[in-house]
Amino acid sequence: MTNLAIVVDGLRVNRGGRDVVRDVSFEIERGTVTGLLGPSGCGKTTLMRSIVGVQIVAGGTVTVLGEPAGSAPLRRKIGYATQNPAIYADLMVTEALRYFASVLRAPASDVSRVIDEVGLSSHANAMVGQLSGGQHSRANLAVALLGTPELLVLDEPTVGLDPVLRDELWELFARLAKQGRTLLVSSHVMDEAGRCERLLLMREGGLLATDSPDGLRRRTEQTDLEQAFLRLIKEVEAA
Amino acid sequence: MRTPSAVMNPAITMATAQRILTQVRHDHRTLALMILLPSLLLILLRFVFNSEEMFSRAAPALLAVFPFAIMFIVTSITTLRERTTGTLERLMTMPMAKLDLLFGYAIAFGMVAVLQVSVAATISLTWLGLEIGGSVWTLLVIAVLDALLGMALGLFASAFATTEFQAVQFMPAFVMPQVLLCGLFAPRESMHVVLEWASNVMPLSYAVDALNHVTVSSDIDGTLIRNLIIVGGCGLAALVLGAATLRRRTP
Repeated sequence: MTNLAIVVDGLRVNRGGRDVVRDVSFEIERGTVTGLLGPSGCGKTTLMRSIVGVQIVAGGTVTVLGEPAGSAPLRRKIGYATQNPAIYADLMVTEALRYFASVLRAPASDVSRVIDEVGLSSHANAMVGQLSGGQHSRANLAVALLGTPELLVLDEPTVGLDPVLRDELWELFARLAKQGRTLLVSSHVMDEAGRCERLLLMREGGLLATDSPDGLRRRTEQTDLEQAFLRLIKEVEAA
Repeated sequence: MRTPSAVMNPAITMATAQRILTQVRHDHRTLALMILLPSLLLILLRFVFNSEEMFSRAAPALLAVFPFAIMFIVTSITTLRERTTGTLERLMTMPMAKLDLLFGYAIAFGMVAVLQVSVAATISLTWLGLEIGGSVWTLLVIAVLDALLGMALGLFASAFATTEFQAVQFMPAFVMPQVLLCGLFAPRESMHVVLEWASNVMPLSYAVDALNHVTVSSDIDGTLIRNLIIVGGCGLAALVLGAATLRRRTP
């Protein structure tokens, strides 16, 4: 078995006549937390959709856990949380999670475990539609944690969360990686980049760089990752 | 049926049906409307006619038409919502067969339809003075089959709607021509040959034929059986076609 969780080679995605992902190639090792960073609209979500296998792609290959992206054996191995919560608003948190757990054939005990992991225990019996924005996105994240996914693809899971909760979630991500799970987490806030082992920096559909946070700092001679990203953009534009 | 996820799993189908019923149960107003609306319309009709005899002539057909129309619209909106809120896409990334979802809907809304039709038939046969020559059970079976047909067509139609505005207008577009041509307003044989042909390819016509048969006769003859098979077969076909419109990958 290869030690690579994701291999993307020459990926191209066209949406509405525009190339939104342009010739992107990279590899992600198992058991790591990789941050996918870039401004909003740069193609992060489309790239994630291609990895999960719900995106029609124009070219290139995406291999996930040794199988072509979107193939049937992967459907129990990937936990995916979209940026907009995709969870039934007219159900209670527990009811919605119980349903997704049965579709995944995950044990019933998973429901309370994931509610706990995302810190929603006090709202377990609230209607999903009544939750605040941050709670709603945590309920959405909880669905992705059901079962034992080998790969977690999380699209902006920490948006709108208070700093304490954000910290707790990043600790959870690190814990999951230690158990051997692979995480791909997108964000548009650079201060979260420091918590990842590797970074994929995207801009306008292309991949600017793949590096570790320290590697990026060294390469650009900046201590602040936001500044490092800016420097990188200038270098690429000058070239 | 090559991949494991293409094969239906009864546990997932039932979990889906249960989830949909839980959603309906949480929405009290929708639940009340779904169960009572056909009955209220039949009560209205009874007093519009102001004659038990005229009511008895029109009511059996309407016992099929009202649930048909209501189930169509409820289902098309619910499935559209499943598409637009991203829950459909999420389910498609999971080990779920498309038919699990559709049959889950069929079972859940089928149970609602049984309740809806039973209430409407009970009120019509007792308070409103509907008299039928055939068996009440046959009447119920046809009406429920018809509500299921409306549900299946609604599921199918919702695939072609991208907004709620479109979905709502599919109701008149898919349902009203069938209502106009089903023999309720004019006998089908008396229509222009083109319209009669159109009427012949619309499943609701066969449901109304079957119901009219039950009103006058208690025989369960070949024609009745054929009509029921046509209605059930069209419902099943619409469900399977609906599954073909669900996509795991989208642009």
